[in-house]
Amino acid sequence: MSTNIADHVRTSLVRKGRWGIGEILFWLIAAATLFLLPERHLILNEIAIIGLFALSLDLILGYAGIVSLGHAAFFGLGAYAAGILAKHGFADPLLGLLIAAIAAAILGFVTSFLVLRGSDLTKLMVTLGVALVLGEIANQASWLTGGADGLQGVSMGPVVGLFEFDIFGTTAYAYSLVVTFLLFIVARRIVVSPYGLSLRSIRDNPLRARAVGIPVNRRLVAVYTLSAAYAGVAGALLAQTTQFVSLDVLAFHRSADVMLVLVIGGVGYLYGGLIGAIIFKVLQDVISAWTPQYWQFWIGLILVIIVLAGRERLTERVRTLWKGVAGRTAKSPEPLPKTSVREI
Amino acid sequence: MAIALETKGLVKRFGGLQATDNVSFQLQQGARHALIGPNGAGKTTFINLLTGVIKPTAGQILLEGQDITGLRPELRVQRGLARTFQINQLFPAMTPLETIGLAVSERTGGGRDWWRVTGSKRDIIDDIVDIAQRFRLTDVLDERTSNLPYGKQRLLEIAVAFACRPRVLLLDEPAAGVPEAERHELLATVAALPRDVSVLLIEHDMDLVFSFADRISVLVNGALFTEGTVEEVSTDPRVRAVYLGESVDE
Amino acid sequence: MLTILFDGIAYGMLLFVLACGLAVTLGLMNFVNLAHGAFAMAGGYVTAVLMNRSGVPFLATLPLAFIVPAILGLVLERTLYKQLYTRSHLDQVLFSIGLVFMAVAAVDYSFGSQQQLIQLPTWLQGRIDVLGVQIGLYRSFIIVICGALVVALQLILTRTRFGSRLRAAVDDPRVARGLGINVSLIFATTFAFGSGLAGLGGALGAEILGLDPTFPLKFMIYFLIVVTVGGTTTITGPFLASLLLGIADVAGKYYVPSVGAFVIYTLMIVVLVLRPQGLFERAR
Repeated sequence: MSTNIADHVRTSLVRKGRWGIGEILFWLIAAATLFLLPERHLILNEIAIIGLFALSLDLILGYAGIVSLGHAAFFGLGAYAAGILAKHGFADPLLGLLIAAIAAAILGFVTSFLVLRGSDLTKLMVTLGVALVLGEIANQASWLTGGADGLQGVSMGPVVGLFEFDIFGTTAYAYSLVVTFLLFIVARRIVVSPYGLSLRSIRDNPLRARAVGIPVNRRLVAVYTLSAAYAGVAGALLAQTTQFVSLDVLAFHRSADVMLVLVIGGVGYLYGGLIGAIIFKVLQDVISAWTPQYWQFWIGLILVIIVLAGRERLTERVRTLWKGVAGRTAKSPEPLPKTSVREI
Repeated sequence: MAIALETKGLVKRFGGLQATDNVSFQLQQGARHALIGPNGAGKTTFINLLTGVIKPTAGQILLEGQDITGLRPELRVQRGLARTFQINQLFPAMTPLETIGLAVSERTGGGRDWWRVTGSKRDIIDDIVDIAQRFRLTDVLDERTSNLPYGKQRLLEIAVAFACRPRVLLLDEPAAGVPEAERHELLATVAALPRDVSVLLIEHDMDLVFSFADRISVLVNGALFTEGTVEEVSTDPRVRAVYLGESVDE
Repeated sequence: MLTILFDGIAYGMLLFVLACGLAVTLGLMNFVNLAHGAFAMAGGYVTAVLMNRSGVPFLATLPLAFIVPAILGLVLERTLYKQLYTRSHLDQVLFSIGLVFMAVAAVDYSFGSQQQLIQLPTWLQGRIDVLGVQIGLYRSFIIVICGALVVALQLILTRTRFGSRLRAAVDDPRVARGLGINVSLIFATTFAFGSGLAGLGGALGAEILGLDPTFPLKFMIYFLIVVTVGGTTTITGPFLASLLLGIADVAGKYYVPSVGAFVIYTLMIVVLVLRPQGLFERAR
């Protein structure tokens, strides 16, 4: 009896770590687009980058419950770090990614102490403020960033010394997709780890999390820093693959857009950011072709409708659907018979 | 006998209000000790002081002889002082399995582990199984906590605290709100807590107090009013006047 | 020096009229309404369009700049906003950002993306010299109007029956409901009134702040600063915060143009970190 339960407990816990068929399919299709949709590589590259950016937001919003209106701060910092580095002769893309991640992580770590105090409203304001301050710095320090004209003259070396960036965006997309995939694997690992479990518990009930002995603030600082690093990498990918950085990377609408992307795809299951990025970009493509200037209106309308229709309920539905498709693993645990347990 | 938990001259003032008034209290190792008192006597404040949610104005708190007065709440838990809540404080979106797994892996230092999949360690599994059986949660392990019947939630509430393997366990009205039909199961599990865990029970329900505790302390207006065996306290006329009289009024 | 102080005060007063509606909605309904600036923009465009297309005199447009956003606010509150009072702050933020995006694009579509210029009546143009200080006539006009509004608001809040009900509802909506106060009606009225004031502020400020479709986004942060720094339980808090912000902004842009905005954002973060309840709030 006891071993039966132990088996059940183990399978039930470990199951989450296992990849579902749907998940494997998802990434196989993503890889296939490299060969099947050669003329779409530029937009696919953008999708991969936005997906990674939204994934970074999901880490703090979906798993730790931290709301942010200024996630572009890290994205932008990463973009500028990678861009400036390349401009000054350090053209190796991977080095750029690393430096961008470190820079964003440091900013994330430092600002986390400001962000983690206070209510939701305070968090929104502080994150927004941090992004604005950064935007202002980038604007003023034009000797370094090019100011309002943008950072010109970014030229990248070949990826791992072999693959030159091309004008069709093929190398760019392959590069972004691989980086996004690798970081996704790490994130996926983290969210099913005991550390990830403790984050979810903090999101659900910080009071109880503390009473279980979890150092709540330290965990949140860690995930905020990690999320910042992810966002920094996403920014760096954009800078490297487009070979240009403008103030736009720090703009408010970036922070708002990434929130929208994540909300469209659903919060708290990692794929939300990626799926949201696909939907967002395709929508943008379609609507822009139709009314190029006013696509923001439709984005706004979508946001309003999603919220009014009940965001959480929609997310729940998407997630269940996803689980139905993706959750099928080779070995599902057998349902436990309902029997009485031994008297203690 | 050794002392598990002790307070020396503990004082907490909120503005002009003296919520805890010079309380010097001892919980013996392995004790089944009940803390009773009329509404507003300062029981909740006392618990919050013990667990570190609020800081005392004056006085000391000792856990197994070591001063923990300035320690943060989570560090007190790691030192072996766990609590349950009068109103359920659970993780509604997690399953009981995840909840217990969380507490167990935190205790074994696994919460910093971000690479291993939860539940890949043998001893953690065994621990989870043991706790699930002890608190009769094996048949609902994979349900969402928010969907559990109230009695099961109440059991989980204690199970989480117990999963921290405390040496001192503070039970804040464990049976509050549990319907009569599910009450027996709950009381049985509380009674079956291992003797090496010292338990401080905060309770309104006199039946539970008398059946469970071997010592009783009475808190009135933030101060320790009296303390003694169940026999002594239940026959003390002053306690009857102050406490039992009051509870009749309620 | 004194001219800067004067301009700063005028600017601060304007900010107060723009933001006080937000302070009340946030305090009363605990609703994070990032779209507040859209109502201000609506007021500004009412004035600009009436003046430039129909030749209505400036002063005559002002009542309409109040009424149109107020009605807009009332309609939106009754139909959409009220469904979101019980939702999470994240939902409220997403919803109101959506509204802002829609407003920005809609105005862009209808009136174009260029700045809307308004021609002030001649008696409001120019500066006069008072005791050696250069005083702008239009800014004096703003100070007078906004000052009168502040006094009127204070009187409404402290002296009228509606004011005391509103204050009761802010303090504790549940208790207020228990006392038989129609909280939902108060919500709607206040929301409409706050939107109207924002519209009036937008109209008055068109000349000073500029007016184009990105107005709600550009000034969102200023409104939020006023509200978070000033707190939401009184109107004196936001008022003082507005004056402070107005003076600091004007002085910052004048003396240290390169770091002006930077200073304000940094100050806001510092205040938020040190006094999350707001600078002028009593500690609870």
